[in-house]
Amino acid sequence: MSERLRPYRVLLASRARAQMQYRASFVTDILGTVGVGLAEFAEVWVIFHNVDVLGGLDFTAALLVFALSNLAFSLADMFVGHLDQLPRYIRAGQVDAFYVRPLPLLAQLMTSDLSLRRVGRLTVALVALTVALTTADIAWSVGTVVLIVLTVVSGTAIFSALFTAAGGLQFFLVDGAEFTNAFTYGGSYAAQQSQQVFPDPLRIFWTFVIPTAFVAYIPAVAILGLPGDHLAPPWLAWCTPLAALLAWAIAGLCWRLGTRHYQGAGG
Amino acid sequence: MKTFWLLVRAGFRRHSTYRLALLAGTTTNSVFGFIRASILLAALASAGTAIGGYDAPTAIAFVWWGQALLGTVNLWGFAEVKDRVRTGDIAVDFLRPINPQLAYLAGDLGRAGINLLGRGLPAILLGALLFDMAPPPSALSWVSGAVSVVLAVVVAFAGNFVINLLAFWLVEIRGITLLWMITGGLLCGLYLPVPWFPEWLRTIAHWSPFPSMLQNPIDILAGRVVGADIASAVAVQVFWAVALLGLGQLVLRAGRRRLEVQGG
Repeated sequence: MSERLRPYRVLLASRARAQMQYRASFVTDILGTVGVGLAEFAEVWVIFHNVDVLGGLDFTAALLVFALSNLAFSLADMFVGHLDQLPRYIRAGQVDAFYVRPLPLLAQLMTSDLSLRRVGRLTVALVALTVALTTADIAWSVGTVVLIVLTVVSGTAIFSALFTAAGGLQFFLVDGAEFTNAFTYGGSYAAQQSQQVFPDPLRIFWTFVIPTAFVAYIPAVAILGLPGDHLAPPWLAWCTPLAALLAWAIAGLCWRLGTRHYQGAGG
Repeated sequence: MKTFWLLVRAGFRRHSTYRLALLAGTTTNSVFGFIRASILLAALASAGTAIGGYDAPTAIAFVWWGQALLGTVNLWGFAEVKDRVRTGDIAVDFLRPINPQLAYLAGDLGRAGINLLGRGLPAILLGALLFDMAPPPSALSWVSGAVSVVLAVVVAFAGNFVINLLAFWLVEIRGITLLWMITGGLLCGLYLPVPWFPEWLRTIAHWSPFPSMLQNPIDILAGRVVGADIASAVAVQVFWAVALLGLGQLVLRAGRRRLEVQGG
């Protein structure tokens, strides 16, 4: 097993080293993603400058939702976010080059980059998470800790699945690559919110179709011991891994359809 | 002047080639529109009153005009000029009979035009159809709103052009571009209305060119800014357009003196 994973380890290590060659660029990039994280946080903060409660959450609770979703998103973005580049590869005919190598296409694309600069945004998320978890009134138990870990892992899996599904669809879209931003970046934006701000049809969409509600809001309800409501009862938090599985089933299907559809660059 | 119009039309046609991309842009803008509208409505419901001059219909108008103009105004910037400076191709632009800044401005106005039609119009129609949205309150709002949108495109272009020109002196301007995008995104009033900001942040925003790129045209079209206030909103935009275009000319001249093109 470890022998089979060796090529990926070597690949990833080389990508990481490559990024750190240009020290100044690397530092600027990290500061840039810190800025992105802070700007996202500013949005939450500005709203709570005007109101005390938004969608049934106070500032600390909203901070927890913000932190969980940003943590999952920046992890997924770091590992597979560069699948975004697929339309460029397709147009330039570079996908064919991946195909002649003796490793699976998706695995190669995933390891084709490891965006270390995203640690900036990740750091913002971690700080927000620490602040939220220490200031919120949480009845700590083993269950809470397990739930938090489960949420971060599943949330990352959900966003990764969305990026992969988007990648699969790129084989059909090419010029319309931005379509998939609607549910990758749109999904991440929706995941940061208290789901109670949405009307029911949208909530059902973000829970059962594109399951980003599971990334942060639904687990946060359980972690904070909030009453929840008809679309987010506290027990639903434990279904987060199921949502991740479902997301990955769809992602797998999209990816398979996409690669089956791909005919090569020709020539 | 004739050349300028030809370049505007060329920019329009160039960007109208990618129709699927326009549709994709509308879709994404609309999804974000739904999310933003939900958040703002929830905030207003929680406050129980209007916040910063926005009641529910004007807040909806704020969201959807913002999403509609997002593709029109080039908030996220462009890399074309930077790349040409880096490769030295900018020398070719200097040889042309029209000032490079005007040539690129014309292209950007064309791009803005097709994006307004192909990407903005569907988004605003969708918003108006599905939500209780405040229409522009008068003919004056429509006309001055249109002028304000054009000025917003010019201000955003002029600012980005200066940033691009920094490539004459710096090897890599990615950090500066990022900083511009992040501050701009926050202060231009895309995510949340500038009047919702706390006092100090609002002051910073008001001293920056960013509200001129989005907040001002939105406010006029959404009817939050009416009457004589329209004049001052547009005047601020004119100031920034002139200032940034002027700065662009200065930087362009300095860069031209610095430029060394090798080979013959």
